[in-house]
Amino acid sequence: MRAADVVTASILILFGGLVLLDATRLGFGWGTDGPQSGFFPFWLALLMVLASVAIIFQEARRASPKSFVDREKLGPVLKVLWPAACAVLLMQWIGLYLSSALYMGFYMRWVGRHSWLAIVLLAIGIPLATFLVFEKWFLVPMPKGPLEAWLGY
Amino acid sequence: MGFDNLLLGFQIAITPYNLFVAVIGILLGTIIGVLPGLGGANGVAILLPVTFTMPPTSGIILLTSIYWGALFGGAITSILFNIPGEPWSVATTFDGYPMARQGEGGQALTAAFTSSFIGALFSILLITFFAPVLAEIALKFGPAEFFAIQLLTFSSFIGLGGGNPLKSLVSILIGFILATVGLDIITGQLRLTFGFTGLMKGFDFIIAVIGLFGIGEILLSVEEGLSFHGTKTRINPRIVLDTWKVLPRYWRTFVRSAFIGFWMGFKPGGATPASFMSYAFAKQFSKNGDKFGKGEIEGVVAPETAAHSAGVAAILPMITLGIPGSPTAAVMLGGLIIWGLQPGPLLFKENPEFVWGLIASMYTGNIIGVLLVLAFVPLFAAILRIPFAILTPLIVVVCAIGAYAVHNSMLDVWYMLLFGVIGYVFKKLDYPIAPLVLALVLGDLAESALRQSLIISQGSLAIFFTRPIAAVITGLAIFFFALPLFSAKRKA
Repeated sequence: MRAADVVTASILILFGGLVLLDATRLGFGWGTDGPQSGFFPFWLALLMVLASVAIIFQEARRASPKSFVDREKLGPVLKVLWPAACAVLLMQWIGLYLSSALYMGFYMRWVGRHSWLAIVLLAIGIPLATFLVFEKWFLVPMPKGPLEAWLGY
Repeated sequence: MGFDNLLLGFQIAITPYNLFVAVIGILLGTIIGVLPGLGGANGVAILLPVTFTMPPTSGIILLTSIYWGALFGGAITSILFNIPGEPWSVATTFDGYPMARQGEGGQALTAAFTSSFIGALFSILLITFFAPVLAEIALKFGPAEFFAIQLLTFSSFIGLGGGNPLKSLVSILIGFILATVGLDIITGQLRLTFGFTGLMKGFDFIIAVIGLFGIGEILLSVEEGLSFHGTKTRINPRIVLDTWKVLPRYWRTFVRSAFIGFWMGFKPGGATPASFMSYAFAKQFSKNGDKFGKGEIEGVVAPETAAHSAGVAAILPMITLGIPGSPTAAVMLGGLIIWGLQPGPLLFKENPEFVWGLIASMYTGNIIGVLLVLAFVPLFAAILRIPFAILTPLIVVVCAIGAYAVHNSMLDVWYMLLFGVIGYVFKKLDYPIAPLVLALVLGDLAESALRQSLIISQGSLAIFFTRPIAAVITGLAIFFFALPLFSAKRKA
């Protein structure tokens, strides 16, 4: 895990550096009526940078027995992530219900190799049920697209 | 004083509508607790928007009932599938799963649910008596005392949380830094937005909870292969009654575990160490200590009693001090603020019907809970037999709905995915997630408490040591912060 730990800690140091930069811009000292806006973030970021440096030193001294993630295990993880990202992207144009129907159908066929009947039933049934629960019952509006507009919602 | 109030609370909690809400909450919560990737914290977060249209008391009853349900549900997966739904049900798998494999799943489940119920009841009784007292004391607290309590909160993650203290510290700091993004509530300046309007409203912790716990957990369980080897189980009234006949024998374990649970539980991050501690103690003191790990019923009783007792105790600091003891309590605290209630000691004075309705509903909720889970175990266990190609996208969609509903914002859904990836990486690298979430929730409070204290003291940190109550709490916090240093030295 060493490499992944060092990379994460380095990213955190960069992130901390950004915060320090902005805190210095805002001022981290004593203003006219108390601590300035940058005061709290400044000390937090400083501590975080120090702790991350310490983590890197800690990791550097330790032998690394296993890698962060095996190549064959990374596949399934990405297989969840990118369709999910696509579904979120689609949501902005075609709404949550249609997008989740497509996403569920695609994932069930691609990963689960389910029968088309099961796919059609669930990929339509579940978004329809969510629609009824959220839009009708609890009156919580979700992102909607042209299809819902065409149906009059 | 207390009894009249409790009676008032029961009048609110046992109205048909609130009982109905509790039943729905328990059912949903148990399903959430059983499903991989969903747990108490993000289950409550996802369903939070649903409560916006409810009266606050019914809203909190729904959320707490989901929490109880999730606690019960965690035991089902631990015992039947060897999958701890939450970190504090890990210890339940030690003896619960072996029991299930020996065909005693029904006994193990009955023992787990009953222990959960007794642990919860113990904590609720203590809350009933101590919450008003604690709130009374907390009314005298100023900003310095509140900041000291915050320090204590986070020091206990570092001193008692286990794992790498540096990583716990970094998690806390990330949470606090994320909380400062956006408008500075004191000076009105924009902080850490770097010119992006999307960052102006800051990071909502509910989104972070859904992403970190929900999506992160899904990614992790997909990586681990998501293969459930469930054991078949039978549970019927005879098994339940027979187990109940055996259980009183372990009254010592019940009492000890409930105490450990309560004592650890009202401090943040306490439920997990409580369950392990109570398991270890039970093993030490039991006549059958050598049988622990091979399917000993006492090994189920001890961690379940402690975990549930701790889970309930986490509510105590939330309603009395406005400081949540667990991520789930943190989400409920967020709910309180959204419903327009001011969490903290004033709650007892200004909204007694809310507080006492909540406390009374904890009794009714747990009674309903234990009966429901005992009756419907096979149904809940069947959920885990749903193929994961259906479960995974379903959970992602549910998380997206929850994330969007908080502010009706698509950007939040993207943040949720981002937090999911962060959660996955952090879990793999053993950065604890719970302190990050708590810091994100408490960030604004902690910062304004610190700044107000410093304004009072003209910039001198001595204020945290000169006021007696603040000094004691700060001292305790420093002790916990320093604890890892001592243990590191001893090892070296």
